[in-house]
Amino acid sequence: MQAKKIVEALNQALREEMQRDERVVLLGEDIAVFGGAYRVTEGLLDLFGEDRVKDTPISETAIIGASIGAAMTGLRPVAEIQFNDFLTCAMDQICNQAAKTRFMLGGQVTIPMVIRAPYGATGRAAQHSQSLEAWFMHTPGLKVVMPSTPYDAKGLLKTAIRDDNPVMFFEHKLLYGAASPGGTAKTAVDELDESFTPAPDEEYTVEFGKADIKRSGKDVTIVATGYMVHKSLMAAARLSADTGIDCEIIDPRSLVPLDTKTIINSIEKTGRLVIASEDVLSCGISAEISAIAAEQAFFYLDAPIKRVAVPDTPIPFAPIMEQAVIPQTDSIINAVFETVTGSSSG
Amino acid sequence: MSEEILDKKTALGLYRKMVQIRKFEEKLYYLFQTRPMPGSMHQYNGEEAVAVGICAHLDRQDYITSTHRGHGHCIAKGADIKAIMAEMFAKSTGCCRGMGGSMHIADFSVGMLGANAIVGAGIPIAVGAAWSSQYRKTKQVAVAFFGDGAANEGAFHEALNLAAVWKLPVVFVCENNLYGFSTHYRRVTAIDAIADRASAYGIPGVTVDGMDIIAVYNAAKIAVLRARSGKGPTLIECRTYRYMGHSRFEKAAYRTAKELEEWKKRDPIAAFRRYLIGTLTVEKTKIDAIDRESAEQVEKAVQFAENSPDPDDYKKYIFA
Repeated sequence: MQAKKIVEALNQALREEMQRDERVVLLGEDIAVFGGAYRVTEGLLDLFGEDRVKDTPISETAIIGASIGAAMTGLRPVAEIQFNDFLTCAMDQICNQAAKTRFMLGGQVTIPMVIRAPYGATGRAAQHSQSLEAWFMHTPGLKVVMPSTPYDAKGLLKTAIRDDNPVMFFEHKLLYGAASPGGTAKTAVDELDESFTPAPDEEYTVEFGKADIKRSGKDVTIVATGYMVHKSLMAAARLSADTGIDCEIIDPRSLVPLDTKTIINSIEKTGRLVIASEDVLSCGISAEISAIAAEQAFFYLDAPIKRVAVPDTPIPFAPIMEQAVIPQTDSIINAVFETVTGSSSG
Repeated sequence: MSEEILDKKTALGLYRKMVQIRKFEEKLYYLFQTRPMPGSMHQYNGEEAVAVGICAHLDRQDYITSTHRGHGHCIAKGADIKAIMAEMFAKSTGCCRGMGGSMHIADFSVGMLGANAIVGAGIPIAVGAAWSSQYRKTKQVAVAFFGDGAANEGAFHEALNLAAVWKLPVVFVCENNLYGFSTHYRRVTAIDAIADRASAYGIPGVTVDGMDIIAVYNAAKIAVLRARSGKGPTLIECRTYRYMGHSRFEKAAYRTAKELEEWKKRDPIAAFRRYLIGTLTVEKTKIDAIDRESAEQVEKAVQFAENSPDPDDYKKYIFA
């Protein structure tokens, strides 16, 4: 059956890869008996047994360290870190060990492992709401992936598992599709249309470093990741209907490697660039993409680049404040409008 | 010296490894004193009995993870001395192609998964290698070497607990050389015996004299057998002493000359030499030959390193 939700698509990807390759093993907090805080590993313990689907202590350093040791010696572990905010507890193992060991050891070893982590704001305050992908872009040796649809999620996770390098795999909580420990949770999926492409129940992969043009357009390029892809699509639909502005939406899908060519080509066509992401502004992915555009597409640009990202603040708890700092469809509309007209839509 | 009698062949093998490490470190010190050498180093002189006594029970396919003070572990596990020396010279023939240096020496062909410049970081990695062995049912054992300082890192506690819960074939070897850089471990560690921490994880813990190779050898024998037969991890604390400063030319002014002299009286190599001659009746000429051959081996390694080309690329190592 095709997977209409990202949680199902990821589950399918894990199941297929575990069936295909017995070196693939899973570990993480609450992933086996319970099925994962966001239900991604549901049913896999029954299918593959305790040797391959392992509950761990709440020990992020040990989870990642053990994954590295296992990856170095013949396994292909997929570790789940329950919230991407908890990656901080394993930063040494991720950034000093997983990312650098192959390099420091002169290429003696490969470290084929995936670290899956949910990200994004869902009303749980500043230690459960961040989008930390940019930190890992800043660490050479890690690949960084952010799917926005079930189709991409499945294909990218399968590619991640087959990759011989450590891959950071970021999953937006609101795109999982109402999966939560309590049964149902907040989701954005119900509002999404056919752009939330389902994952077919068949074998395919999505290559890293190949951006997907989620909407073709001629006036403004919007580079967006994760949930921002869908907010951008909604913004584009309204802009098109209300103003006739025609947006092109590019989802890089993987941030490392980054498909700069598709982005530059699009800027050449549109002359305008908006970047929409859910991480914070300073040194964020929008900063990096802006810099690339400034270096490589300066003469194609007809207007200043606009960045739509979280201002430099921890995510507030109060829902009204959270919504104020997280980029919304309106924020993207405003940014596009400004870059086209040189003024704010108010 | 422990009372246990080793057979001559085993004993001479242990002696040779310890001497190789000592000669390697002495030569390195001389090189750093007399010519420009890249980077820094953390020397293992004085602690040789630990690496050699433990690794004596490991096969080539078994795994170790090591520390910033890793030359001894690397040699004890059977890595090529030429390749280690070339790495010290940052040459392309180095075991890490000149990309890692002293603190990252590794040789996967002998199961040496890497020295590590982050204190304690190798411990969970060894646990992962042990998990892999358990999953693949290969009976390989993993050993994590680390210092007294690392025993106060979170990684130590997380790794011991996970290994205990999963009953992994791993041996944790704490080289308690009394000082984490300049700080005596009792100033920063609430208990005297680090091995006592094993009980917190429900695994055996033992403290042994790390200057006595037979004591280390015997403790390792039990721990490795236990790991290999699926009974889970052991924590071995080896009380030892580093003769040199923490790194490069650091003078270790935080300890007394008397303390150093007291420990040197118990030098693991000199003591084992006496044992070989006295108890095992090995001829002195045979032992002298080992000393001479080891020194020559190190000289050859230096020549090899000197004559090796510099690396000419780094980009190919970033991603596989």
